[in-house]
Amino acid sequence: MSAINPLKPSERMKIPRQASIEQEAVVRAHNFEEVSWGLDEARALLESTRCLECKDPVCIPGCPVNVDIRSFLQLVMQKDYVGAVNKIRETNYLPAICGRVCPQEEQCEAVCTMGKKHPSIAIGKLERFVADYEIQHDLFVAPVVTEHRDEKVAIVGAGPSGLTCAAELAKMGYKVTIFEALHAAGGVLRYGIPEFRLPRKILDVEVNRIKALGVEIYTNFLVGRTATIDELFGEWGFSAIFLGTGAGTPTFMGIPGESLSGVYSANEFLTRVNLMKAYRFPEYDTPVHVGNEVAVIGGGNTAMDAVRTAKRLGADKAYLIYRRSRDEMPARLEEIHHAEEEGIEFHLLTNPTRIVGDANNWVCGIECLRMELGEPDESGRRKPIPVKGSEFVLPVQAVVEAVGQSPNPIVQSTTPGLNTGKKGIVVVDDVQMTSRPGVFAGGDLARGGATVILAMRDGKIAADAIHKYLEQKRTGGNGQAATA
Amino acid sequence: MYPIVHTSVLAPTITKFVIKAPFVAKKRLPGNFVIVRVEENGERIPLTIVDSDNAHGTITLIVQAIGKTTRLMATKHAGDALVDVAGPLGNPTPILEGKTVACVGGGVGTAELYPITKALQAAGNTVHTVIGARSKDLVILENEMTDCSNHIVVTTDDGSYGRKGFVTDALKEIIESSPEITAVYAIGPLPMMKAVSNLTKNYSKKTYVSLNAVMVDGTGMCGGCRVTVDGKMKFACVDGPEFDGHRVDFDELIMRNRTYVAAEKISMNQYERECACKAKEVAA
Ligand SMILES: Cc1cc2nc3c(=O)[nH]c(=O)nc-3n(C[C@H](O)[C@H](O)[C@H](O)COP(=O)(O)OP(=O)(O)OC[C@H]3O[C@@H](n4cnc5c(N)ncnc54)[C@H](O)[C@@H]3O)c2cc1C
Ligand code: FES
Repeated sequence: MSAINPLKPSERMKIPRQASIEQEAVVRAHNFEEVSWGLDEARALLESTRCLECKDPVCIPGCPVNVDIRSFLQLVMQKDYVGAVNKIRETNYLPAICGRVCPQEEQCEAVCTMGKKHPSIAIGKLERFVADYEIQHDLFVAPVVTEHRDEKVAIVGAGPSGLTCAAELAKMGYKVTIFEALHAAGGVLRYGIPEFRLPRKILDVEVNRIKALGVEIYTNFLVGRTATIDELFGEWGFSAIFLGTGAGTPTFMGIPGESLSGVYSANEFLTRVNLMKAYRFPEYDTPVHVGNEVAVIGGGNTAMDAVRTAKRLGADKAYLIYRRSRDEMPARLEEIHHAEEEGIEFHLLTNPTRIVGDANNWVCGIECLRMELGEPDESGRRKPIPVKGSEFVLPVQAVVEAVGQSPNPIVQSTTPGLNTGKKGIVVVDDVQMTSRPGVFAGGDLARGGATVILAMRDGKIAADAIHKYLEQKRTGGNGQAATA
Repeated sequence: MYPIVHTSVLAPTITKFVIKAPFVAKKRLPGNFVIVRVEENGERIPLTIVDSDNAHGTITLIVQAIGKTTRLMATKHAGDALVDVAGPLGNPTPILEGKTVACVGGGVGTAELYPITKALQAAGNTVHTVIGARSKDLVILENEMTDCSNHIVVTTDDGSYGRKGFVTDALKEIIESSPEITAVYAIGPLPMMKAVSNLTKNYSKKTYVSLNAVMVDGTGMCGGCRVTVDGKMKFACVDGPEFDGHRVDFDELIMRNRTYVAAEKISMNQYERECACKAKEVAA
């Protein structure tokens, strides 16, 4: 598409980056409504005209699924918001979600040309704007599936990788069934990421759109137990299988006191609140405990979500304990900012050594050590080392550990011939095929903890590879060339 | 939705449900459980699968109404449905073959023990069974357990039926008179399983206990069901639910299972208020 922006480049550079409209921090720290309302139409239009329309748009390869960002921004400039969201949907079937949760500052916006001298274009916020516009005005039209193919494909896990793989295969005309262990689809988007960052009605809309493509979702179906991979191939009659079971097994630090009442893994804490709606207890039956003071351990998105959730559940003091410094925190920048604004107290360069309990076996404190940064470790980050004699105890009534996750082993341990590597991560080739022919895998299961968009990317690559694999099988090959 | 096809009351507060869940029925083995959600706003609770009928695609659950969720479930009848039934979950019970074993059930734990006892008998074991309850009206599945045992003793705490006393008293006698017993399977309240394990330790009899930790997902995802076995952290839902009773830290689990006592009370009070309101509406 040729350039259409009426403004001169110098004029574009003078426009400040448009900010989202947000709930005030003191208010939102006490409710579960969405923190940010995004851009309004005027701001979105203005923001889109900041785009320099680079001849060689570097933002596109900066996006893990290569959304045609330049074209979608031009459609926004022309007020064709539905055209814009459909442009995104050509390569990304979950725009309302990605616009909210992607770490744009490390992807498209990190390489944006405008960003070299000025703040980069707010690509994520514009993505969210067009996706929300379409939802608000009910303008979604499901893509018409023209071809129909006989093969059935099974998707294990309804997280972003599975949902994406399902959508892509359904668009190609395959009969797709998703098997999900929990009672609702979404994976981490359902049980992990809180309502205040990703409203469930947005998630429901996106899931329904995948169903609208003809994808069937079986909930309460734990593959490995309810049926094994071999049974899905055999009596169930599936021709290929995609595994997107995530990295759901929580890691505990292994410090004394972890069995006390009031100690949670972040998964448990967030699942109680998000999937089971404990923040509306007793209207919903599942309870969760936070006292006046809560400590959350970790520095990633999970820790940030847990600590902000704890604050919203009524904790006076919500502490984030992280053993490295702020610069090393893996969480999205926006979440760190939001947490700070909401009054979360950061204890950086601090490492918990023991959880202290009272006579009734309830948490009453957490003992920590101060750390200082030493030489870089294998991850390239400076390694924290303890400062001798710096122990102190923070009084808290609940502790949430957000210190990492690994893949759930149920499918791997019931599937002969499925190879796994470090930490039980499933080994895949460059088109996501596992060591079992016809079984593909992606997302956190094949990466360890990663991101929504990388999970989606894996799902897309796998969908293409499954298509090739099945075509080859149809024409008499053994499908091996799919991996070439 | 998972339709309830049949219910019957076995004892005051204890109800048997037959539920349509064909995928679960097909795969379930003794020792497996399901996670159930009764209604849309409900919590997820684990319930042991007592029996299954693959031809009809049904499973049997036996539930004691002790908390809000189980009380709500007790109000459901044939024709109603549960919103969610996920399973079969957990590892199946290791079933010995051709040995002599003892099975010990306490309270509603007898229902959970029944499929295991049946499987043990089918595998050619000589089965000595003890089932205990607080009082006569709470004794369940006596006929069924008798059918799959070579020898059975019923005990009640108050002596209103069978032998007066605890299951451990009867078990001690059985072990002493049948030293060939190689393993003991015990399911019931935690203090009972603890007492059985303490007893069998003295006789070096391998003891399987089934741990009813508080669960959320039942798939190994939350770690809420963690228990300490042999000094190591285990997740009851995926590493269990059965463990070697001689290695379980029962005191820790007893404490952990008290975590939500206060919350449960709030839930129950609210539920009772709602029931009272409904009753008034019906009366009006
Ligand atoms: C609290 C939290 C916040 C996060 N925030 C962000 C963020 O802001 N931005 C971002 O990009 N990333 C974020 N992430 C990471 C991101 O959510 C994950 O990388 C992504 O969800 C992985 O997707 P997935 O499809 O691989 O698996 P998951 O989302 O983990 O989904 C796996 C699904 O498979 C199901 N399943 C597991 N085993 C079985 C089985 N045997 N049978 C059937 N179903 C099964 C699970 O129940 C689950 O629904 C966050 C993660 C967490 C935990
Ligand atoms: S119930 Fe969640 S891990 Fe066992």
